[in-house]
Amino acid sequence: MKANTKKFELPFHVIKRSEIPLWKSLLFRVIAVVAAILLCSVLSIFMIEANPFKFIGTLFVGAFGTPARIWAFSKDAALLLCIALAITPAFKMRFWNIGAEGQTLIGALAAVAVIIYCKALPEWLLLVLMFVAAILAGAIWGGLPALFKALWGTNETLFTLMMNYVASGLVAYFLLLWTPSGSSVLGRLNRGHLPVLGHENLLLIVLVLLLTVGIYVYQKYTKQGYEIAVVGESENTAKYIGINVKSVIIRTMLISGAICGFAGFLIVGALDHSVAVTSVGGMGFTAIMVSWLAKFNPLIMMGTSAFITFLDRGAAQVTTTFNIDSSFPDMVIGIMLFFVIGCEFFIGYQLKRRSHDETKDVPKPAITAKVESKGENEQ
Amino acid sequence: MFKKALSLILVATMLFSLAMLFASCNDVAVADMTDAPLAEVSLTKDFEVPADFKIGIICLHDEASTYDLNFINGVEKIKTVLGLTDAQVIYKKNIDESAACTEAADDLVDQGCKIVFANSFGHESFLLESAKKHPEVQFCHATGTTAHTEDVANFHNAFASIYEGRFLAGVAAGLKLNEMIEDKEITAEEAKIGYVGAYTYAEVISGYTSFYLGAKSVCPSVTMDVQFTGEWYDEIKEKEAATALINAGCVLISQHADSMGAPSVCEERGVPNVSYNGSTEEACPGTFIVSSRIDWAPYYLYIIKQVCNGAEIADDWCGGIEEGSVVLTGVNKTAAADGTFEKIQEVAAKLKSGEIKVFDTDTFTVGGNKIADDHKADVDTDEAFTPDTDVVDGGEFQESIYRSAPYFDIRIDGITLLNEKF
Repeated sequence: MKANTKKFELPFHVIKRSEIPLWKSLLFRVIAVVAAILLCSVLSIFMIEANPFKFIGTLFVGAFGTPARIWAFSKDAALLLCIALAITPAFKMRFWNIGAEGQTLIGALAAVAVIIYCKALPEWLLLVLMFVAAILAGAIWGGLPALFKALWGTNETLFTLMMNYVASGLVAYFLLLWTPSGSSVLGRLNRGHLPVLGHENLLLIVLVLLLTVGIYVYQKYTKQGYEIAVVGESENTAKYIGINVKSVIIRTMLISGAICGFAGFLIVGALDHSVAVTSVGGMGFTAIMVSWLAKFNPLIMMGTSAFITFLDRGAAQVTTTFNIDSSFPDMVIGIMLFFVIGCEFFIGYQLKRRSHDETKDVPKPAITAKVESKGENEQ
Repeated sequence: MFKKALSLILVATMLFSLAMLFASCNDVAVADMTDAPLAEVSLTKDFEVPADFKIGIICLHDEASTYDLNFINGVEKIKTVLGLTDAQVIYKKNIDESAACTEAADDLVDQGCKIVFANSFGHESFLLESAKKHPEVQFCHATGTTAHTEDVANFHNAFASIYEGRFLAGVAAGLKLNEMIEDKEITAEEAKIGYVGAYTYAEVISGYTSFYLGAKSVCPSVTMDVQFTGEWYDEIKEKEAATALINAGCVLISQHADSMGAPSVCEERGVPNVSYNGSTEEACPGTFIVSSRIDWAPYYLYIIKQVCNGAEIADDWCGGIEEGSVVLTGVNKTAAADGTFEKIQEVAAKLKSGEIKVFDTDTFTVGGNKIADDHKADVDTDEAFTPDTDVVDGGEFQESIYRSAPYFDIRIDGITLLNEKF
């Protein structure tokens, strides 16, 4: 083993944790967020010459500064949560659906098409049709890649991604068709508005909360939810116990796409009353992070989507307050997410110093803790 | 031995070509700029701004876009003229043309803004929503088309008679073509301009037509090809379009899209370029001739003055050369033909006196015929965009008179549209 001594060795091992108490994993996350905020504050002193307290304060003012901002924050978080809920069953099945952006957009397009082409209908019927059209369109957009995957084993990541471009191309096409002046700006339409429940954003928030509970129950307590979990863990096990894997894949993606379509319906019916190529604005991709950070648990996803929305709105306020362009706020969001995602590594694994005798690697608890905290700092 | 010799030769060749590269870098063109040909309009403060006055500015993008930068520069200029503090001017950048615009406007009102201004065409219907909710605040929207028909007293549109600036820039292009014809670089028939446009839409059509008519007023044989990108900002598409136009024999390029795509291709290929929205002399010192743009500062001064004096703001405001809304950059003598500066001043004076009209119906034809005296254009926006207003009067298409945003959308002879919309 002399050759081994020459080889470069890291001074520590990476060991998978078998279990970590909840308080500890939460503590890690809090430390990560605090460290990220500290780093951003230090950067803010040098890059935008801001007082770090004012900088952190601005993040909160941007998200929660006025009642209207709290409403807007809740609305944004709810919409992001809705799309995250949509992709969750698919991800749990290890079907990498990165086409939520397109599935949502096509839902929105379908809803707007109903408004444009069904001028004679009464408002309630119009809303029902919009809802059905949006859900169908989303389901088709999600179902196609699943069908190809189930029948011919195509790669779903590429397929769903490409469907995004088809959807935005279709939106661009129909916008040209619907605006004879050539401006490609549809503007706010006067029909197909969801009823207002107290506050204009309240209905949307309530609907998404109901959906959250629904998906939670679906995943945790139904047979279909169980099938999804088994297929995700191991397709062979699923086959062995008699689950029809193909139909589970297709069914789950139809559901996933339909919920995206529902999000598109909400965008048209409750918010924009219009559609543009940018209507979904990247939420279809951000939703993946929301879902993943929450380990596909719909209840925890409420927290992660709130966190990401907080960063977004806070950062936008930083642009306004300090009158800068959006590059610094974008960096802040990047740093925050880097720390938060990075800390997942330390929750799943631990670092252990290499001892000279490598056969004895039963760590004493005290030492482990020390190494962990060191790892935390190294981020 | 052979290997060694070969590698030596290779190294020598590489060094030589490197040296050549550096040598060729040394004779890069240097821009030689004149002053702006149009007299600068001085903006002065002749009223009191209350300490609690605030204005909110909604931008579609941020400084990275030349379009938005032009608005932001205008605001900063007025901020200095009026001595406004940072707290009195609140920007909201990267606001989509969606409910996000209504939300941003509401938020600006919450922060105490007396005026909310939005800069993108698509913001209009969403800004209008906020205007209906807050009748005590004035909402001003650039490039919009509905304020004169919507019955919302605190909602206003604004634009500038930029076709005049385009016409003058066109004169500079025509003179350049004349110079190329005189120098026998091209024949009179080969005087073809290439134009990169965003959408086949009145604002763009009005812009390239006035530009073409300006060129034609000094170079009668000129023709023009237009290629649309279907995007307001897409550097790659704009580069591709400019390259295609140059390859198809266009000897001068202009554009109405927001990136540096077309000008940078021109500099690479050594093709003269007339720009829009601001000078590109720094990036394109050898080929940039002149650029027209809208200066929004006079409009900001106007609306702030009206609000501070408690006076009404016009439904639809259109600034021209006299107000200082339509401006030209200096002329780059390195690229422009001799006498361009003087000629622009001369034509500008004739525009002012009415001797020259931009859309003079005697200067262009459609399908070989003059346009009818009762030609109608779509001025009052409706869903089908039906032509509704007589716009020809006194032998001239009256652009930006019945509403500030352009409505000239006629396809005239001499201009070939290579594609439409996309």
